[in-house]
Amino acid sequence: MSNHHHKETFITKYVFSTDHKMISKQYLVTGIFMGIIGVFMSMLFRLQIAWPDHSFTLIEAFLGRHQDGGVMTPDIYLALVTIHGTIMVFFVLTAGLSGTFSNLLIPLQIGARDMASGFLNMVSYWLFFLSSVIMVVSLFVEAGPASAGWTIYPPLSALPQAMPGSGLGMTLWLVSMAIFIASSLLGSLNYIVTVLNLRTIGMKMTRLPLTIWAFFVTGIIGVVSFPVLLSAALLLIFDRSFGTSFFLSDIFIQGEVLHYQGGSPVLFEHLFWFLGHPEVYIVLLPALGITSEIISTNSRKPIFGYRAMVGSIIAIAFLSTIVWGHHMFVSGMNPFLGSVFTFTTLLIAIPSAVKAFNYLTTLWKGNLQMNPAMLFSIGLVSTFVSGGLTGLVLGDSALDINVHDTYFVVAHFHLVMGVSAIYGMFAGVYHWFPKMYGRMMNKTLGYWHFWITAVAAYGVFFPMHFIGLAGLPRRYYSNTAFPLFDDVADVNIVITLFAIVGGAAQLIFLANFFISIYKGKKAEQNPWRSNTLEWTTPVEHIHGNWPGEIPSVHRWAYDYSKVYDENHENSGEYIHGEDFVSQIVPLKDGEEES
Amino acid sequence: MTALLYVLLAIVICVAIWQITSILNLKSTIATEKDNNTQGILFAVFGIFFYGLMIFSFWKYSVILLPESASVEGEEYDTLYLITMLLILFVQAVMQFLLFFFAFKYRGIKGRKALFYADSTKLEIIWTVIPTIVLFGIVLYGLTVWNDVMDASDAEDPLIVEVYAKQFQWEARYAGADNELGLANVRKIKGINTMGVDMTDKNALDDIPTRELHLPKGRKVIFKFRSQDVLHSAYMPHFRAQMNCVPGMVTQFAFTPKFTTEEMRANEKTIAKVEGINKVRAEKGEDEYEFDYILLCNKICGSSHYNMQMKIVVQEEAQFNSWLADQKTMAQVVQ
Repeated sequence: MSNHHHKETFITKYVFSTDHKMISKQYLVTGIFMGIIGVFMSMLFRLQIAWPDHSFTLIEAFLGRHQDGGVMTPDIYLALVTIHGTIMVFFVLTAGLSGTFSNLLIPLQIGARDMASGFLNMVSYWLFFLSSVIMVVSLFVEAGPASAGWTIYPPLSALPQAMPGSGLGMTLWLVSMAIFIASSLLGSLNYIVTVLNLRTIGMKMTRLPLTIWAFFVTGIIGVVSFPVLLSAALLLIFDRSFGTSFFLSDIFIQGEVLHYQGGSPVLFEHLFWFLGHPEVYIVLLPALGITSEIISTNSRKPIFGYRAMVGSIIAIAFLSTIVWGHHMFVSGMNPFLGSVFTFTTLLIAIPSAVKAFNYLTTLWKGNLQMNPAMLFSIGLVSTFVSGGLTGLVLGDSALDINVHDTYFVVAHFHLVMGVSAIYGMFAGVYHWFPKMYGRMMNKTLGYWHFWITAVAAYGVFFPMHFIGLAGLPRRYYSNTAFPLFDDVADVNIVITLFAIVGGAAQLIFLANFFISIYKGKKAEQNPWRSNTLEWTTPVEHIHGNWPGEIPSVHRWAYDYSKVYDENHENSGEYIHGEDFVSQIVPLKDGEEES
Repeated sequence: MTALLYVLLAIVICVAIWQITSILNLKSTIATEKDNNTQGILFAVFGIFFYGLMIFSFWKYSVILLPESASVEGEEYDTLYLITMLLILFVQAVMQFLLFFFAFKYRGIKGRKALFYADSTKLEIIWTVIPTIVLFGIVLYGLTVWNDVMDASDAEDPLIVEVYAKQFQWEARYAGADNELGLANVRKIKGINTMGVDMTDKNALDDIPTRELHLPKGRKVIFKFRSQDVLHSAYMPHFRAQMNCVPGMVTQFAFTPKFTTEEMRANEKTIAKVEGINKVRAEKGEDEYEFDYILLCNKICGSSHYNMQMKIVVQEEAQFNSWLADQKTMAQVVQ
C-alpha cells in the first residue's frame, strides 16, 4: 500500500516484483521476444514453401544440422510450423497479450492498488518465463523440437519412431506447456478475484470498461478450459513414458507391433479442442476489449450498445466451450455429433456479428482521432470481419469436409485470431505505452508500421484462401510432389513476398518500442483525453497506483462528447465543458447517467 | 556466425529507422488534425486496395480452383458452397465498405462534435434477429446436406473398399465377390500381408488388395478407412470427400463417382487448369501433366507427409469390373 514504504532493491523492483505494472511489462517484453522467434520462424518456412529447392544462406545460417546446403529438411519444416503455432498462440497471444494488459489494466481501471495476490501474480509470470525458456531450449535438442503440429495429435506426437521431433523435443514441449498452463491458471484466478473483489467505490459491474469485462470473462474461460489441456498433456506423458494406452491402439510402426491397445486418438482430439477452441477466444476477447476502449476514445463517442457488447462477450464465452467438435468433423466421430457442433458453432456468429455492427456504429458520426492505436483497432475490425465470415464455411460440417486442413483454414484463422489479436495487441501497446513507460511512442513510425502491416497481412492471407480452395493441404514441406499443385506455386511466391515485407515492418515497431522506452517524449497524464481510471494516476509509477485515496467512480467509462439535451438552455454544449468526462467526475444536477 | 550477422543487421536496421525519424524531427506523438485528414484518406485508399485485391484474386486465381464435383453427393456440396460464398461476399463487401467509408468520412476535424449515441434497442434487435434468421437458414440447409453426404448405409448395393494408410503410402482392399471385407488387425501383418488381413476369416480370402484405387462410375462406394501407425487423412478433393484414418478404429465415408477420369479430363474447367499447370511445368522443363484424380494425405503424419498419394481412376462399371477381375485375391497373394 502507498503508505507502507518498504525498501526496494533492484531484485524486488525489477526481477521478482509483485507490482502489477512491472509484471505487465515483464509479460510484454517476454511476449515480444517470443514473438520475434515465432515470426522469424514463419519467415523461414515461407521461404521453403515459395522456393522449395532454392538454397538460402539465411536457412543455412540458422538451421545448422537441420539443413543441407541451405535447403531445410522436411523434419525441421514441420518443427518450424509446430513451434511457430505454439509460440504465437500461447506465448505471444495468450501470455503476451492477456498477461500484459490484464495485469496492467485490471487494477488501474477498476481502481485497485494491485492484484488480489501480488505474490501469485509474480509466480505466474516466472512460471511463464520458465516455460518460455524450456520452449526455447527445446529448439536446440539434437533431434529437433516438437514437430507434430501445434495440436500435437497422438500417435504422431507419442511415438519417437514416428518422427524425430517426438522424442526429447516433444517431452520438453509437454513440460513447457504444463508449466505454462499452471502460470495461466494462476493469472486467470487472480484476474477473476481482483475484478470481483477489489473494485473501487462506485465501480459497479455495469460501469466496468469493456476491457475489464473482456479480461474478466477471458479469465473464466481460461480457468474452465486450460485444466483439460493439462490433463490431456499428462495422459499423453503417461502414454509416452509409462506405457499406458489412453490415446494409442493397434499400432504397427518400423516393422514392429506396439503393445498399445484400447486407446483412441479421437479422445485426445476432444480433450485438446476442449481447450483449443476456447483458446481462440482467450486470444481474441482481450483484443476485442482493447479495441472497444480505443475505438470509443478515439471516436470521441460512447461505445455503441455497451450492454449488448457485454452480453455478446458472455455469450461468446459460453458458446466457445461447446463448439470444440467443429475441429473434428472428419475425425471419424459420429456424424450426429457433427450436426450438434455445426449448430452451436454457427450460433457464435450471432454475438460476433453484433460486436462488428456495434463497432461500425461507434465510428459512425464520430470525430475520429487517427492515432496509431486507432488505426490498428480499425484494422482489427476489418480482419475480424474478413476472417470471421469464412468461419461460415468451416463451421458448417458439410462444407468443412473439403476445406478441412487446407490453406483455407490457415487463411481463416490467421485473419480472425492471428492478425486480429496481434492488431489488438499493437493497438494496446501504442495506447497504453505512456501508462507503462511514462513516455510516448512515435506516431509517424506507428503509421508506417500499420500501413505496411495492413497491406502485407491481406496480401498474405487473402490469396491464401484460393490455394486452400484449390485443395492444397497445410503442413506440406513442398508442393512439388503433386503436379496438380504446380499452378499454386506462383501464388505461394506472392504470399511469401508479402510475408517478408510484413515481417520486416515489425522491425519498425521494435525500433519504435525499445527506443521510445528510453528516448520517447515524456507523456502527459492523460494523453488521449480518456475517461478511464488509469489516466487519473500519476505518470511516474508508484506502488499502490494512487498517491492518496483511491478515487470513487460516478459514471460509466464512455461519456465522450456528452452534451445537454434539447430541453436545456445550453442544449448542444458539452455538459462538462470538454468532449470527455472522467469516470471520477460526479454527475451534475439534472445530468442523467447513460 | 552468419546467424549473428543477420541479428546484427536487424538491429542496425532498427537503429537506422529511428535515426531517420530523428533527423526528420518527427518526435510528435499524438494525431493532429492534419494526421486525421491524411490517415482518413489513407483508409479510403486502403479500401480501394482491399476491393482491388479481392477482385484481382477472383479474376486471377479462379482458374486454380477445383473443377465441379466428380461425385453425385458433391453436387449438393457445391450448391451449398456457392450460396454460402455469395452470402459471405455480400456481407464482406458491405461491412468493409462501411468500415473504410466511416474511417474516411468521420476523420477528426477540430471543433466538430461527435454524436453522443450510446444505445438503440431497435438497432440491436435488428442486427441480432437478421443474422439469427440467416444463420438458421444456412444451418438447416447445411445439416440436410451433411446428412446426405454422411449417409454410408448400404441400401443401394454399394461397393465396399478399404483404404489403408501408413507412413507414407496408401493401399486399398476391395471386398471381393462376397462384398464383405475380411477382418484385419495390425497384429496380423506378416510379409506380403501388409494390411494385416486375418486369413482365417472366410470373408478375407476373396478380398483384393491393390496399390491403385479404381472406382466404378455411377455406383455408390463405401470407403472403410484404417491406419497402421499414426493419424492420416484420406482427402479426395475432386469428390468433396475427406475422412481421417485413425489407428485402432475404422472410419467411413461414401460417395458415388459421377464422371470417369476421361470425362473429367474433357471438362472445361479441368482443361483450363491443366493448361495453367503445364505452362508452369514447361518453364521448369518438366513433363506434360495429364489430369488424374488423386487421394492425398491431409493430416500431418511425419517427414514425407507432403508426398503420400494414391492415384484414383474412375471407369465405366464394365471396365471397372474387368479391371477388378484381373487383380489377385488375398488368397492368391498370400499363397
